[in-house]
Amino acid sequence: MDQTGFSSAHLLRLYDRFECLDRDNRGYLSPNDFEAVGGLAMNPIGGRIIDAFFSSGQDTVDFSSFVRILAHFRPTDRNRNKEGTQQELPNSRTRKLKFAFQLYDLDRDGKISREELLQVLRAMLGLQVTKEQLQSIAERAIQEADLDKDDAISFDEFKKVLGFFLLQSQSLVPDRMKRIPPLRMILALTCSGVLPSLVHLSPSTETMMEVRPKSRDRIIRALQVCRT
Amino acid sequence: MAALWTLSLLLSASLLGCLAVTSPDGSPLPHNLPPSLGTNSSDGSLSVDLPMALRVFSMDYHHVQAPFEIVLWIMLASLAKLGFHWSGRVPAVVPESCVLIMVGLLVGGVIYGVRHSAPPTLSADAFFLFLLPPIVLDAGYFLPGRLFFENLGTILWYAVLGTLWNVLGIGLSLYGVCLLAQSSLGDVSLLHCLLFGSLIAAVDPVAVLSVFQEMQVNEQLHILVFGESLLNDAVTVVLYKLFESFLRLPSVSGLDVLLGGCRVVVVGIGGLCVGLFFGLLAALTSRFTSRAQVIAPLFVFLYSYLSYLTSEMLHLSGIMAIVTCAATMKQYVEANVSERSNTSIQYFLKMWSSVSETLIFIFLGVSTIQDIHMWSWPFVCSTLLLCLIWRATGVLLLTAFVNKLRRNAVTFRDQFIIAYGGLRGAICFSLVFLIDDFPKKRLFITTTIVVILFTVFVQGMTIKPLVELLYVKRKKRALPTLSEEIHSRLIDHLVAGIEDVVGYWGQHYWKDKFEQFNKKYLRRFLIRNDRQASSSILRVYQELERREQRGVEEEAPPIVDPRSQGRPLLPEEMESIRRILSRNLQNFNNKQTPAYSRHTLHQDTSVDRTRKPLYRHQSLGERYSYNTITHFQGEDGGLSEPQRVRTGLSRSHTVCSISPRSTLLDSSVSAGPAQTRSTDPKAAREDLVSPRHQETVERAARKHLSFVLENEKQQ
Repeated sequence: MDQTGFSSAHLLRLYDRFECLDRDNRGYLSPNDFEAVGGLAMNPIGGRIIDAFFSSGQDTVDFSSFVRILAHFRPTDRNRNKEGTQQELPNSRTRKLKFAFQLYDLDRDGKISREELLQVLRAMLGLQVTKEQLQSIAERAIQEADLDKDDAISFDEFKKVLGFFLLQSQSLVPDRMKRIPPLRMILALTCSGVLPSLVHLSPSTETMMEVRPKSRDRIIRALQVCRT
Repeated sequence: MAALWTLSLLLSASLLGCLAVTSPDGSPLPHNLPPSLGTNSSDGSLSVDLPMALRVFSMDYHHVQAPFEIVLWIMLASLAKLGFHWSGRVPAVVPESCVLIMVGLLVGGVIYGVRHSAPPTLSADAFFLFLLPPIVLDAGYFLPGRLFFENLGTILWYAVLGTLWNVLGIGLSLYGVCLLAQSSLGDVSLLHCLLFGSLIAAVDPVAVLSVFQEMQVNEQLHILVFGESLLNDAVTVVLYKLFESFLRLPSVSGLDVLLGGCRVVVVGIGGLCVGLFFGLLAALTSRFTSRAQVIAPLFVFLYSYLSYLTSEMLHLSGIMAIVTCAATMKQYVEANVSERSNTSIQYFLKMWSSVSETLIFIFLGVSTIQDIHMWSWPFVCSTLLLCLIWRATGVLLLTAFVNKLRRNAVTFRDQFIIAYGGLRGAICFSLVFLIDDFPKKRLFITTTIVVILFTVFVQGMTIKPLVELLYVKRKKRALPTLSEEIHSRLIDHLVAGIEDVVGYWGQHYWKDKFEQFNKKYLRRFLIRNDRQASSSILRVYQELERREQRGVEEEAPPIVDPRSQGRPLLPEEMESIRRILSRNLQNFNNKQTPAYSRHTLHQDTSVDRTRKPLYRHQSLGERYSYNTITHFQGEDGGLSEPQRVRTGLSRSHTVCSISPRSTLLDSSVSAGPAQTRSTDPKAAREDLVSPRHQETVERAARKHLSFVLENEKQQ
């Protein structure tokens, strides 16, 4: 809906996935459910990603929060670049970078300190580098980014360092949602399985609903959950 | 200066060649060839001289003629290649294939001038049986597997449909041209045009590889064009043979066309199966080569060549067979065979394919000097035009469809390079010689030669400036800064993680299935047993022993005091850090694998082998270990290390690059939701990790770490 920007078809798909992850049918997800996802276990930052779904202190995530987090990964709508409200959209570029930034910044002080950077590097590099090398790498990374010389990377510095590079790179999964977006989208991701409904993803998505009343009910339910 | 030297080298080489090929034909032998002792004078111009006395010095050329000439040709090719690389500015402008063709033209011209008859041409048999297999084998062995399979759908789409489109388009349009130019081209029938279309539409892997090598385009584009050129062999050969047999039939019915379609499928899949069969056989054989390691490389070549010959015998696609064979046997052979044998295999592959390729281009040049050219302006020019037009439209149309289904869309610039990079080469040339004789065959030959020369020269030379003009996404020459690399890797991991959460099956599903099958059945059967049994700790120990025996060759990395902010990193350190980063920071999509490189053994040929992760079960608790990390922030290095080790082992995508055979670790530490973690040897090491044992663990860990680092450097 308007807050997250997902279309109804996507919401349906996400709700399917939510239900699939929620094996005990409790209506919310706990960290165990996330850890059961195979790929996350192998992911160096899997734990952090899981934590990102849970707002601080909470142990459960319901569907609306789930969707809200995932809304960060929709493709940036380039046509709306000019509007001033663009910053508030969850899938704006700033918000995406903020999400990535928060993966580093666990204590939420707004800066990536050297220790936090070291942790992430260690997680990504595993055992292949010595401690000294790790220190050098982190040192160098901070040197490159740190403009105000406070030995930590603030969000603005992070944005500056990454901004240009990410615009150029092709390193992220582009969208499969609607029109094929230009390659220079950041953090664009979609739910797979939307491929069959790909052709339906035009502004008149509602026509898809006519097919199955059952799915329509589910979508309505999902939408209601979202609105709460 | 260098150019002069090169020129003289080339001239002398060509003169050598001329001399060799001039002597043995029917003309009188040159005077410097005295009658040899007791030679049978088959040419009649020599009379056998009964020797009055023993000859101290004599020469018998006929005895060694055939191998001598072959060696001279190969020598010429190699010297030309050497000369090319030494000739100053030329390599930057002109691709190697062009220079080689020019040398061939030169040699052919000289031979023609001396002998006044056509120089030896490239016979189709020699080409298909001897010159083509090494190149394709090399391509198949070093095929970047993951990239290839990720793009397989697109590649097949281009190969099959694109070739069909081109063939039909060119054939039909040429027929239209022939109808229009009734006077000169009236006797070229529709089937002939289609036949010609089928052989001229084929993109040639040899030419493509040689030109793209000089251009650094991104790997995806490279694999698309290269994969297409490999796979369209099936379609080309079938269509060619189909039209040829149609030409021999009195009439063609719809049923024949249908059968032809089935034949495409049979040829392609048949080639695949033959290749698989021989590949698995080779893998099995290599398992037993531990006692006779010296001949182990031979099996690779023998089996590959066998697969090629077998499929040629059955009229299946030989190229597909040999590529499949090489790609299949690679991982098993590399695991079974000693390191030196591995190196020999790789070097021999590169060497043979280089020589082959050089020879092909030289012969292309030589064979251009012919008596039998027939020129026709409309035919030749229209062929050229039509080739370009149909390829361009084909690529545009197909890409429009395929982009809807791809994750990374093929951009317009990529499409331009794909269309423009469709070079024709020696395959067309050989195929055209194989056509049954008919009045206009010479026209076809001439046209083919013109098209090949045009594509190789004009398109080959201009593609590089055009690429630069269009800013095709090239391999990033300027390395990204460390921050960029780190953060982008993080984002890759993040996106992959989110994909997993959302349930993006996509291409990983079949890959995982195949990996499981591979691990459970194939590896156990095909890889030598003794490697699998030892636990990871034991192997680390063995490797450490080996390393100590060999002596430490590399010094430890410089220790940088992290507190000293002002110290800039030395370029060497920077370089080594970059190297480590670029090799270690893995993302699941693996977009940073270096592109397949023809002329060098790029370092990471074994990247897939040594990077197999040790899958960790999260019973060790991600959140737990994550919390552990936050606690250590205030502690000094001594305590943090074992905990780092634990975290590294427990949570991360730990890549154990202990030895080149570390993929075998997987079988002992298999993936999956194993409940057998308690018996995991790594767990044993984990248990050691407690603050009480930090000393030993630290030492062991550091030894392990520094060992792993050394191994990195050795690779």
